[in-house]
Amino acid sequence: MAAPLRYLQRLQSCIVKSNLTKGAHKVCVQGFHVSEPASDIQHTEYRRPVPEVFAKYGGRNTVTVLTGDGVGPELLNHVQEVFRHAGAPVDFEELEINSSTNDIEHMDSALLSVKRNGVALKGNIETRFDDLTFASMNVALRTKLELFASIVWCKSIPGIPARHENVDIVLIRENTEGEYSNLEHESVSGVIESLKIITAAKSTRIAKYAFDYAVKHGRKKVTAIHKANIMKLADGLFLQCCRDVAKSYPDIEFSDMIVDNASMQMASKPQQFDVMVLPNLYGNILGNIAAGLIGGPGLVPGHNIGSDYAVFETGTRNSGRSMKGKNIANPTGMLLASCDMLDYLGHSKHGTLIRDSVMNVLSNKQLQTRDLGGQASTSEVIQAIIDDIRPKTKSWLHGY
Amino acid sequence: MAAPCIGRLEKIFVLGRRCLITSTLNSQQRQIHRGQELYNATTPRVASRHTITVVPGDGVGPELISSVKDIFQASGVPVDFEEYFLSEVQPGSDKLETVLESFRKNGVGLTHYITTPHHFKGGILETLNMKLRQNLDLFANVVRVKSLPGYPTRHKNLDFVIIREQTEGEFSALEHESVTGVVESLKIVTKEKSKRIAKFAFDYAMKHNRQRVTAVHKANIMKLGDGLFLKCCQEVSELYPKIDFNSMIIDNCCMQLVSNPQQFDVLVMPNLYGNIVDNLAAGLAGGAGIVPGESFSHDVVVFEQGARHSFVEAVGKNIANPTAILLSACNMLRHIHLDYHSKLIEDALIKVIKAGKVRTQDMGGYATTSDYTLAVINNLQI
Repeated sequence: MAAPLRYLQRLQSCIVKSNLTKGAHKVCVQGFHVSEPASDIQHTEYRRPVPEVFAKYGGRNTVTVLTGDGVGPELLNHVQEVFRHAGAPVDFEELEINSSTNDIEHMDSALLSVKRNGVALKGNIETRFDDLTFASMNVALRTKLELFASIVWCKSIPGIPARHENVDIVLIRENTEGEYSNLEHESVSGVIESLKIITAAKSTRIAKYAFDYAVKHGRKKVTAIHKANIMKLADGLFLQCCRDVAKSYPDIEFSDMIVDNASMQMASKPQQFDVMVLPNLYGNILGNIAAGLIGGPGLVPGHNIGSDYAVFETGTRNSGRSMKGKNIANPTGMLLASCDMLDYLGHSKHGTLIRDSVMNVLSNKQLQTRDLGGQASTSEVIQAIIDDIRPKTKSWLHGY
Repeated sequence: MAAPCIGRLEKIFVLGRRCLITSTLNSQQRQIHRGQELYNATTPRVASRHTITVVPGDGVGPELISSVKDIFQASGVPVDFEEYFLSEVQPGSDKLETVLESFRKNGVGLTHYITTPHHFKGGILETLNMKLRQNLDLFANVVRVKSLPGYPTRHKNLDFVIIREQTEGEFSALEHESVTGVVESLKIVTKEKSKRIAKFAFDYAMKHNRQRVTAVHKANIMKLGDGLFLKCCQEVSELYPKIDFNSMIIDNCCMQLVSNPQQFDVLVMPNLYGNIVDNLAAGLAGGAGIVPGESFSHDVVVFEQGARHSFVEAVGKNIANPTAILLSACNMLRHIHLDYHSKLIEDALIKVIKAGKVRTQDMGGYATTSDYTLAVINNLQI
């Protein structure tokens, strides 16, 4: 009896929390300028966290690095190497955290570190699904830091073999509720209930973020993805929230699409999409489809943003365990994520420098990794990127 | 009176050079941005040389800065100086706004102390140094007191860091005479700034692998003001479980510093205490001419001497010790990723001090500033 009771209590506290957040709506969206449902649409703009959140002194940031599993540690080492050669004003605080360090102590130190520095770069942490007590640390990080939005930008890269051309989709995914609420129980023996939680507060927040993103980046259209024909209440609420928010943004076209159809359209005609806003699980699935469209998981960067903190990682969260130690993983996604991080921190000079070199190297067929049909190893690619960066910083970085 | 003229000539020279550099860079910049306009088209140029803002200040400042310049030139450091003359006691000072703009643009500065007259003739209470700090929001002053190898002092193996809040507290320039003969001087302590400096201290400790942070205060007397500072430090320390946190009352701290300074690691304190302790600690390690310091805001960093004095008595005598400003310049080079040059100069400096043949008066020698500078240049292992 005890176990179901505990679940019930958790569920209740979850509902209470969501009510609270609904009441304290202003607190939830403190990352934005808008505090009321916007009438002054033109001025709604996503605001960066105050510099006090960062550990930034004299123009140099300290950034948390969470190593993760699989190829995470090697890729993050490569990122640090490239940063060093580019002279990026960033210092790293590296924390080893992976599926074998799944305890409260490690989790707490990781959380504290991100809270201290405001920004993290992260390899994916594997979640063992054979062990029931093993809650996903990725999910825990996102919920504890309130990283409500996950942004994955899938854009075709010239010179990379892919089935579709001119794909340019931004997927904005709700990161903290839905199917990932960790609420599952066996109510009667042999019957499992898995709870998917949708709240108005969080749906509005993500929709608002998506529209603000569209305004800021000059996008034309936002598409909400849902399954409201079946989950009339839950996905219905999500859709309703998106529609309500859309009214405040007359310049941005709004449409909605059912998730199964959206998957099909993605595979057949992905050019029709611009910005997509999705609940948690659909975002996960469509994010992977989109990454596949432009050339695979190794190419796409992603980031998770909350009102105070940001965590940067690869767009599709695969740890790449099978590639571990073989020196064949594609470092592009992680490097581009780190460039996004530099931009986010205000070091766009260095961000652009590294991004340019990554793109230059990527367009060279000789220097493509195996997932793109090439022969090069990870370290060859990194060396080529460094060689590309070096002349641009020549006298600036003597002695390396 | 020659100083302002020199300062201006230098500036014209430096500005001329900068124009040249900018024009060569533009073509390079165009190449770099070819085809890539992912985020914003107006990304700043990728500099192949660094420009830093230099304010030589009063007293021996200009002499020391010229020593830095000579050594930089001899070791081929790719840094350009944008020099400004600021003074409260000499005529010909540049506009504060221009200097501030330069600091903001370059993000890195090298300065020497600007003298402040002790008497008040009416007008604004805030000194030029304070204005610089306030406007740039240089809230954290860091002085690392480290024994120089080969230069024995009373205490051996000193290695501790003093972190001082320098934008509020007693230095708020709020004083008034409420009744004739009664002056009230306001010391301001705010939660926001106390937390900020505490976070800085702990972040510094994390970054430099330090074990402990000690908050220095006088909360037994100023229960509210210093009490708030102490409370903020305690709150921030909770985010840093790996770093020990303790506190010490300022008077005891001073006593401990002169009797057993090795016990300290990182010290964080409000403005005036920091000022006093900085000087005390500099005295322990060998004097104002030896200990480097730096001031941070979130975006700007200014490198200077640890104990800030203009040393007016020595002007023109060629006896000032450039060690502190040189070590500070080395820290600056490290900050802008010029580790190679930083190490080059620091090694040469340590070699000269260890050899003990060329030393300025304050270190017990007979050498002049220029002899010392030359000795460092001769020891550069290029």
